Amino acid sequence: MDTLNYINNGHGLASWLLTKDHKRIALLYLVSITFFFFLGGLFAFMIRLELLTPAGDVLTAENYNKMFTMHGVVMVFFFLIPSIPAVLGNFLIPIMIGAKDLAFPRINLISWYIYVLGGIFTLVAALSGGVDTGWTFYTPYSTAAANSHVITAALGVFITGFSSILTGLNFIVTIHRMRAPGLTWFRLPLFVWAHYATSLVMILGTPVIAITVLLVAAERVLHMGIFDPALGGDPVLFQHLFWFYSHPAVYIMILPAMGVISEIVQAFARKNVFGYSFIAFSSLAIAIIGFLVWGHHIFVAGQSVYAGMLFSIISYIVAVPSAIKVFNWTATIYRGSISLDSPMLYAFGFIGLFTIGGLTGLFLAAMGLDIHVHDTYFVVAHFHYIMVGGAIMGYLGGLHYWWPKISGKLYSEPAAKLAAGLVFIGFNLTFFPQFLVGYLGMPRRYHMYPPEFQVFNVMSTLGATILSVGYLLPMFYFVHSIFRGKPSPADPWGAKGLEWEVPSPPPTENFAVTPIVTHGTHQYAPSKEVGVV
Amino acid sequence: MSDGYPQAPSVGLPGRVSIQAPGNPHDEQSSAHPHHPKLQHHFDDMGQQAEASTLGMWVFLVTEIMFFGGLFLAYLVYRTQNPMAFQEASAHLSWKLGAFNTAVLIFSSLTMALAVRSAQTSESRGTQVFWLVTTMILGATFLGVKVIEYSEKFAHNNVPGPNFVWDGQYPAGAEIFYSLYFCMTGLHALHMVIGLGIMTVIAIMAWRRQFNTEYFTPVEITGLYWHFVDIVWIFLFPLLYLIGRHYGGH
Amino acid sequence: MSGHHVSHHVAPKSLYYLIFALLMIGTAVTVIVAYFDLGAFNNVVMLTIACTKALLVVLYFMHVRWGTRLTWVVAASGFVWLLIMFGFTLSDYLTRGWVGGTLR
Repeated sequence: MDTLNYINNGHGLASWLLTKDHKRIALLYLVSITFFFFLGGLFAFMIRLELLTPAGDVLTAENYNKMFTMHGVVMVFFFLIPSIPAVLGNFLIPIMIGAKDLAFPRINLISWYIYVLGGIFTLVAALSGGVDTGWTFYTPYSTAAANSHVITAALGVFITGFSSILTGLNFIVTIHRMRAPGLTWFRLPLFVWAHYATSLVMILGTPVIAITVLLVAAERVLHMGIFDPALGGDPVLFQHLFWFYSHPAVYIMILPAMGVISEIVQAFARKNVFGYSFIAFSSLAIAIIGFLVWGHHIFVAGQSVYAGMLFSIISYIVAVPSAIKVFNWTATIYRGSISLDSPMLYAFGFIGLFTIGGLTGLFLAAMGLDIHVHDTYFVVAHFHYIMVGGAIMGYLGGLHYWWPKISGKLYSEPAAKLAAGLVFIGFNLTFFPQFLVGYLGMPRRYHMYPPEFQVFNVMSTLGATILSVGYLLPMFYFVHSIFRGKPSPADPWGAKGLEWEVPSPPPTENFAVTPIVTHGTHQYAPSKEVGVV
Repeated sequence: MSDGYPQAPSVGLPGRVSIQAPGNPHDEQSSAHPHHPKLQHHFDDMGQQAEASTLGMWVFLVTEIMFFGGLFLAYLVYRTQNPMAFQEASAHLSWKLGAFNTAVLIFSSLTMALAVRSAQTSESRGTQVFWLVTTMILGATFLGVKVIEYSEKFAHNNVPGPNFVWDGQYPAGAEIFYSLYFCMTGLHALHMVIGLGIMTVIAIMAWRRQFNTEYFTPVEITGLYWHFVDIVWIFLFPLLYLIGRHYGGH
Repeated sequence: MSGHHVSHHVAPKSLYYLIFALLMIGTAVTVIVAYFDLGAFNNVVMLTIACTKALLVVLYFMHVRWGTRLTWVVAASGFVWLLIMFGFTLSDYLTRGWVGGTLR
C-alpha cells in the first residue's frame, strides 16, 4: 500500500506491541481471540469424538469432564465475551463517532495485555491437567473436592475479567464524551448503541464474577468455608453470585452481534433500519432487564419457588426487546434491495437461528418444563443456538463486512459464500438433534449415554465436522486476501456510515479534520445529501 | 473511491470545527492553552480530557461497588441466617479499634479533599504535598491498627480454616463470620495499600510542580478513589463491629 | 462535544470541615446507639447513619453536588445495581421457608 495508513505507519514488533492505536489493538485482539477460538474448538472436537459412541471409550469420565470444562471456559471468557467488542468495537467505534481514538488508548492496550495474561493462566491450567468442574465452577465441588487446577483457571478468569471491565469503561466514556460535533445520540449507528449497552453490562456485572472466583480460589487455598455446607455455608449462594454475572454475560455476547446485524441488514437491503429508536432502546432494555433474570439457572437447585416465579416472569419479559429487534430487522429487509453477499448470508443465518435459540429459551424459562429439561442437551442446544448460531454468526458477518476496511483488501467472495453455507449447514446438523435428544432425556456433561441416543449424536458429530471446515475456510481466504487480495476502495459495499468515508485501511488518526455530523449516519433511502455525512 | 482524506466540512453549519493540524490554535474557551503539555492529542482540549478522566474513574468506582458488593451480599445472606452466631462473633472484635480506625479514615478523607483543593487552587507544592502525605500517614495508621487486630485474631486461632478455634456457642457461624471479616477487611486493606502507592506517585508529581488550576485531574481522581475506600469502611465498621452490642461484649 | 470546562467550582475549606464534623458525629452516634436495644430498629438506625455518611462523602468530598448529571447517574446506578443484587437474592432466601401456596 502506498498511502500512509495505520498498518504501515510504523514497523517492527515494538510498534505493534506498544501501540496506542485502537485499530492496531483491535488486530492484536483478533489474533489472540482466534487462537482461543480454535483452542476451544479443539476441546469441542474431543467432546464430539467421545460422543460418537454410547460407551465412554475415548476418554475417562474425569478427562471428559475436563474437556467440556475447558471448552466452556475458553469459549465463554476468552472468545465470546471479548470477540466483537474487542475486535470490531475497538476498531470501529472511534471512527463511527468521528474521534481519533478511544478515550483511554493506553488503558485499551493494557486491557489486551491483561487478556493475554488471563489466557496464559488458563493455558497453564489446561496444559497441567485441566479443570473438571464445568465452566460454572459450582461449589462445593470446586472448593472442596475437585483435585484439578481450579485455582489457576479461576485466576485466569479473574484476570481476564478486568480486560472486559476496562474495555467497557473505555467505550462508555468514549461514547459519552468524544462524539463529533452534531453527532447526537439518535444519530449514532446502532452498532454503537449496541456496544454502549454491552459496556453497561460489562461494568455492572463483571466485578461480581471477579469476586466470586476469587472467593472460590481463596476457599481452596485457605479452606475458609464460605460455601461449605458443613459450616452452614450455602452452595446456592455461589450460584446466585455466579449467575448474577453469567446471565448478563450472555447479553455481553449477543448485544454486539445484534449491533453488527443492524448494520449489515441496512447495507445489504439498501434501506434504513425500521424502527431505529426501538432497536436502540431495546439494546438498553436487554442490558438492564438481563440483570433481573439470573435465578432461572437455579430453578432446580434449591431456590425458593417464589423467587423462581419472579425470575421466570422476568425471563419472559426480557425476550420482548429481542423479539422487537427481530421484527424490525425483518421489516428492514422487506422490500429492500437485497444483495446476498456473504455478510448478508451471515445476517440471515443470525436472524433465523437466534430466533430459534431465543424461543427455546422461553421453554426453559417455564419452571415446570425446566424441571424436565434442565441439565439435558436441550439446554446445550439452546445456548449454542444463541451463542454460535447467533453471536458467532454475528462476529463472522461483521468480520466479513468490515474486513475490506480493516485490511484494505477484498477477500474471495465465492469462498466466503461457501464457508457461510458450510457454517449454516454444519451448525444446524450439530445442534438441532441436540434439542431432540435432550428432550428425550440425554443428560449433559456425561461421557456415556444410552444406545438409543446414538443416531442423534452421530448426526451432531458429523455436523460439527462440517462446521469446523466452515470455520477454517475464512482463516485461509482472509490471510490470502492480505497477501494477494485486490485493494479495497473506501466503500466497497456502497454502504453508509463514517467508517466508509475514510480510506481502507484508515490512517492512524482516522480523520485529519473532525467531521461535523448533520444527520443520522444511515441514509439509504433516497434523500437530499446535505453537509459532510 | 476516495484515497485521500475526507472533504473539508461545509461552512455555515451549526457546531464548531476542531482543526487538528499542528500549529493552529483552538478556537474555543479561554481556559485552555493551544497545547498544554499534558493534553493527549486524541482529545480536543483540557476540559474534555478532564471530564473524560473523572467520568472514567467514576465508572471504575461503580465496578468497585459491585466488586465489594458480592462480599456484602454474602454477609447479608449469612447474617440473616445466623443472627446469633454473627452477634457472638462480632462481640470479639474490638469496637474501640474499629471506631478509632473509622475516625482515622474519615480524617484522611478530609485531608485528601484538601489536597485536591490545594492542587485545584494552585497552592504551593509544599502545601499540596503536605496534605497528600498527611493522608498517607493516616492511611498507614489505619493499616497499622489492622495489623494489630489481625495479629490478635491469629494469636487466638480465630482464623477460619482447619485450625479454627472458637470457644463460644456458635463455632460454625463464627467461622463464616470471620471468613467474611477477613475477606472484606482484607480486600479493603489491599485497596488502601494500592491507594497509598498511587498517592506516592501523585505526591512526587506534586513536588515536581505538575499540578495547578489548569491540570489537577490525577489528584482529583486519586481523591475519588480514596473517598470510595472510605465509604466502604463506613459500611464495614458497623456491619462487622457493632452487631448486637447491646447484648454485651467488649 | 462543545463547551468543555475544567471544573471551576472550588469548595470552601469550611464546608469540608463541616462535613468532617458531621461524619465524626455520625460515627459517634452509631457506636452509642449500638449499645441500646432497639430491636430491629438498631439495624435501621445504623444503616441510615451509614448511608447518610456515604452520601455526604459522595456529594461533598467527591464533588457530585457540583458535578454533571451524568456523574450523578453513574454514581447512583452503582448503588441501584447493588440493591438489585441484594433484593433479588433475598427474594430467594427470605421466602424459602414459606409454606407452599400460602405466600407466607
